[in-house]
Amino acid sequence: MVPFGGWDMPVEYSGIVAEHMAVRTRAGLFDVSHMGQIEIAGRDALTAVQRISSNDASKLSVGQAQYSGLLTPAGTFIDDLLVYRLAPAHFLLVVNASHIPKDYAWIAEEIKPAGDAVAVDASARYALLALQGPAALDVLQPLTGVVLAELKYYWFAHGEVASVRATISRTGYTGEDGFEIFVPPASADRVWQAILESGRSSDVIPAGLGARDTLRLEAAMRLHGNDIDETTTALEADLSWIVGWKKDDFIGAGALRDQKAQGVRRKIVGFEMLDRGIARQGYDAYVRGGSAPAGIVTSGTQTPYLKKAIGMAYLPVEHTAIDTEFDVEIRGRRTRARVVPMPFYKRQK
Amino acid sequence: MASYPASYKYTKEHEWVELSGDRGKVGITDYAQQQLGDVVYVELPEVGTNLTQGQSFGTIESVKAVSELYAPVSGEVLEVNAALKEKPEVVNADPHGSWMIVLRLTSAGETGALLDAAQYQDLVK
Repeated sequence: MVPFGGWDMPVEYSGIVAEHMAVRTRAGLFDVSHMGQIEIAGRDALTAVQRISSNDASKLSVGQAQYSGLLTPAGTFIDDLLVYRLAPAHFLLVVNASHIPKDYAWIAEEIKPAGDAVAVDASARYALLALQGPAALDVLQPLTGVVLAELKYYWFAHGEVASVRATISRTGYTGEDGFEIFVPPASADRVWQAILESGRSSDVIPAGLGARDTLRLEAAMRLHGNDIDETTTALEADLSWIVGWKKDDFIGAGALRDQKAQGVRRKIVGFEMLDRGIARQGYDAYVRGGSAPAGIVTSGTQTPYLKKAIGMAYLPVEHTAIDTEFDVEIRGRRTRARVVPMPFYKRQK
Repeated sequence: MASYPASYKYTKEHEWVELSGDRGKVGITDYAQQQLGDVVYVELPEVGTNLTQGQSFGTIESVKAVSELYAPVSGEVLEVNAALKEKPEVVNADPHGSWMIVLRLTSAGETGALLDAAQYQDLVK
């Protein structure tokens, strides 16, 4: 167990590699109850969400979710989040555990100009389980009346799982098909056990924070605190697709439009190591032949499925073309790396 | 769980050393490999390197972390286990059989400070 945002969380149950492979080939079950839930409701809830969230929430139907950013006026990330449209004027934001108080304070203040909308920190009302992997649908379906095959990617439905009131969302943080299941905390253990029981014949196993990190990195999903933070903009993080360029003013819009017009000076890249070694968060990156650090690694690991050392780094934009080689300093030694396309792993559909 | 061979000596930093005359074969303990998790990379010194007791002689890297390897005793590196470069995962499967380096001891008196198997098991209980 490790302390994580005020929670005691298992890094691994049976081992990161075993758990990672289970999710890629069968399914793994994660307890991600540490994630925060902030609800925004009121007649002007959409206006409020549009102001604080970078993506365009007007595109969401009821029952649909989207990935987005909670940005500063400079266009950098206070946090990243999922926005769920529960009702026309009722939204659920799922945010990172370690940022709940900061996010909530920011949101509560910044939605005031929107009019009739109120934000509530509802984190204590939700436990969140994530069943991820190609077998997820077959394992979960016997436990619920919701027809999972009809639930499209990034849509959700309300129903029951193992006779417990639940919201089932076809989302995840692994690059695999799967579901995230919101349940009342008092019933979470029962749902957890029921899923593992249902998954016994397909060898579904519990998975921890360690595998969650290696899986999301293979899928090139950004991690706040590593790949994005209050120093990196949505454009630098190559997340232009979560910016609602066509919508009205929102926090960070001005800075992002300026940066888009002028062009970014640095950008995130995916890389794989050419020499042996793992480039980890915080290691310096050098353009070939350069004597001073030109960039920095934000995530890196040896991936269990691809069996390569991969990572993400910020580099000067003129050095971010695919196949560009650069160096990472690993414990005093220059080690060769190459820019590759992201995601590193893409599931077969 | 692997047992801790009574013929080995141990350090508080979780290395083991199998002493034989002036030779010492060095690896990491079962407890260490469990804490590290899946080992993906072992970086070892060149043959001929002179080490003093407690000095870092390499690094071991798992999916989740990097750790230093420390010399349990002073000595000159006579051999390194090159097989670990290609198959680092054997450290997880057989920690007490996966030696990393062989040292020629240069300071015989140091071995008294090492832990025996019972003392080490108390430490990691």
